[in-house]
Amino acid sequence: MASLVKLNASSSSWIGQQSFNQRSGSSSCRLPINNRRVAVVRAGSYTDELIKTAKTIASPGRGILAIDESNATAGKRLASIGLDNTEANRQAYRQLLLTTPGLGDYISGSILFEETLFQSTTDGKKFVDVLRDQNIVPGIKVDKGLVPLPGSNNESWCQGLDGLASRSAEYYKQGARFAKWRTVVSIPCGPSALAVKEAAWGLARYAAISQDNGLVPIVEPEILLDGDHPIDRTLEVAERVWAEVFYYLAENNVVFEGILLKPSMVTPGAEHKEKASPDTIAKYTLTMLKRRVPPAVPGIMFLSGGQSEVEATLNLHAMNQSPNPWHVSFSYARALQNTVLKTWQGRPENVDAAQKALLIRAKANSLAQLGKYSAEGESEEAKKGMFVKGYTY
Amino acid sequence: MFMSCLITSLQYFLGLPQPRHHIFCVYLSIIANIIISVCYLFPTIVALIHYNYGINAEELIKNAKYIATPGKGILAADESTGTIGKRLSSINVENIEANRQALRQLLFTSPNALTYLSGVILFEETLYQKTSDGKPFVELLQEKKVVPGIKVDKGIVELAGTNGETTTQGFDSLGARCAEYYKAGARFAKWRAVLKIGPTEPSELSIQQNAQGLARYAIICQENGLVPIVEPEILTDGNHDIAKCAAATETVLAAVYKALNDHHVLLEGTLLKPNMVTPGSDSAKVAAEVIAEYTVTALRRTVPPAVPGIVFLSGGQSEEEATVNLNAMNKLEVVKPWTLSFSFGRALQQSTLKTWGGKKENVGKAQQAFLVRCKANSDATLGKYTGGSAGGAASESLFVSDYKY
Repeated sequence: MASLVKLNASSSSWIGQQSFNQRSGSSSCRLPINNRRVAVVRAGSYTDELIKTAKTIASPGRGILAIDESNATAGKRLASIGLDNTEANRQAYRQLLLTTPGLGDYISGSILFEETLFQSTTDGKKFVDVLRDQNIVPGIKVDKGLVPLPGSNNESWCQGLDGLASRSAEYYKQGARFAKWRTVVSIPCGPSALAVKEAAWGLARYAAISQDNGLVPIVEPEILLDGDHPIDRTLEVAERVWAEVFYYLAENNVVFEGILLKPSMVTPGAEHKEKASPDTIAKYTLTMLKRRVPPAVPGIMFLSGGQSEVEATLNLHAMNQSPNPWHVSFSYARALQNTVLKTWQGRPENVDAAQKALLIRAKANSLAQLGKYSAEGESEEAKKGMFVKGYTY
Repeated sequence: MFMSCLITSLQYFLGLPQPRHHIFCVYLSIIANIIISVCYLFPTIVALIHYNYGINAEELIKNAKYIATPGKGILAADESTGTIGKRLSSINVENIEANRQALRQLLFTSPNALTYLSGVILFEETLYQKTSDGKPFVELLQEKKVVPGIKVDKGIVELAGTNGETTTQGFDSLGARCAEYYKAGARFAKWRAVLKIGPTEPSELSIQQNAQGLARYAIICQENGLVPIVEPEILTDGNHDIAKCAAATETVLAAVYKALNDHHVLLEGTLLKPNMVTPGSDSAKVAAEVIAEYTVTALRRTVPPAVPGIVFLSGGQSEEEATVNLNAMNKLEVVKPWTLSFSFGRALQQSTLKTWGGKKENVGKAQQAFLVRCKANSDATLGKYTGGSAGGAASESLFVSDYKY
């Protein structure tokens, strides 16, 4: 069929910006019966649903709103606008975000903290239902945070495997359909082979358990921005980390069509003397992804990790200037919420304005995903960097 | 370096006595510093080539991309002397150098066939042979824009403690040999690792050993200017179903790419030569579309987009089967960021051999047969093959149980 084959001397037939998902309405999915038959290899009872969910989250023009800050971290956000860290305030803030009208046009999934997954609006509507009605898939943070890794060079590892299967089953019952687990790798500390191995293995085990319980795992090995290393060093470390991650995912028989990635972009360290342009960051990041990410993975949703709102959008836009074999999008927390928080200030009369601010950022990133963003008209606030040295999440 | 340059320059300008070579060093280090600063200011160019500066990444990437040109593929004509002997004896031809030369000349001078080929893998003897007119084969191929390649492994041996699993030999002086082959005109190489499916196979040992072997071979090639074709062949022998083959293929390829990455192989300068995913030789056959789905799924799960091309081996498939399967894969409507093409030995030469029968008067007809298969497979890489080029020999299965290459 002519629509498929677009050949030139240097590449083969990509479908370009048209994602596989876009054309699957009801039964127009390309490989209906065959998909199921092929997924026999490594399949579990949720495989078809996992594949469908991952594709939905990785839909063109949309990305993830990450609001899974633990209570302690949420407390920091609230404190920055003079609010106490109470459940009521956390609920009010998340309600502001999740009930933003039209959010589903630009957001395909939202990662929640456990408390939020079980919360409702002040009118008594469950947050998961609010999301469902907006066509936004609810997700859940399932890791239990970072702790020091013994025998390493001052590095961390991520806890959370104990009881993960039953917790995941509970979250699925409540309405979550994807999960997220964040581990970190530090370049100034090496990273040591031990730390890289542990990060990759933990992610692989979590991914297998998630899929077994109906949740699409977002795989997030964040290579921290901290350090004064040049961009080449980041590329080297990122390639090593992802090689290890994919190998262990394969050993754990994870179904790649049912996962999403949440990598950090390949940039120089925060304290490196030279900043890199969005084009350079895009080039390095895409080179890394092409060397490590098999095309079966439907979506790559970048973390912002301390970049300013505008930086995060510009970099994403630069990466979407030509077709990629996977959906390249965003999973931003601070880079979507910063201006929103400052606009809200905890006052009910500011809710509308704050929701508008969220839509502005969501739309900007949506355009960036389509490669159509322009930075004209962005506010000064949105350009302020958010890097915090030694940031503990 | 900068400080010593500064100090030496200061001494010079203050009129202090300098030995001659010192001034030369000053100029050299000034120039070096300028070059280093330029490189530092433009890290993108240097770094993205490869952080192992001993490798000419540009040339490798260019050659790999060319070999992966859509519409073209590879003729595997690298049968060792022993193996080609079996082919020749099947048509009652004596296994002497003159006959080996005659067969390869027949193939390489086939009018119009070479347009469909981007590369030919040669055995060492052939790399240094000439046509009867005295023209080196390598030159003949280069003129037709067909890249000469060279088989560099030295066969397989059994792994002790396994159930007949093997590893591949050939590391001794591999670097030096590759350098020689490069001088002789070769620009890509091939190394065949063999695995099998059984109740406990492929074993972890076999997978790791073969993956490491392929990775080590690959980086040595790249260090010497040759694009490595990475070939982890999983034999079809057995009564397993297609899902078992798929599982084995995915496991093996995951290990292979892990090893390649650990050895810092530049993926953009490699090609993959895998088996297609099929049922075992003793199991019921399945449709080409099924083979296509399972094969492409396995590759999408394991092969990073940086790899420019995948060139399938034919194993024991008949000429027609191999072409039809390749065609089905290229018609699949799913994102495939690498080209899917062929690197066929038997599946390109079977009919040609039979037609030739070793007789000079049959050369023309044999070359015609060869052209037919080359074009058919070229069409298959574009998903345009409509069948009909299957003569009697083309449908003949070429499967040989426990095939020793």
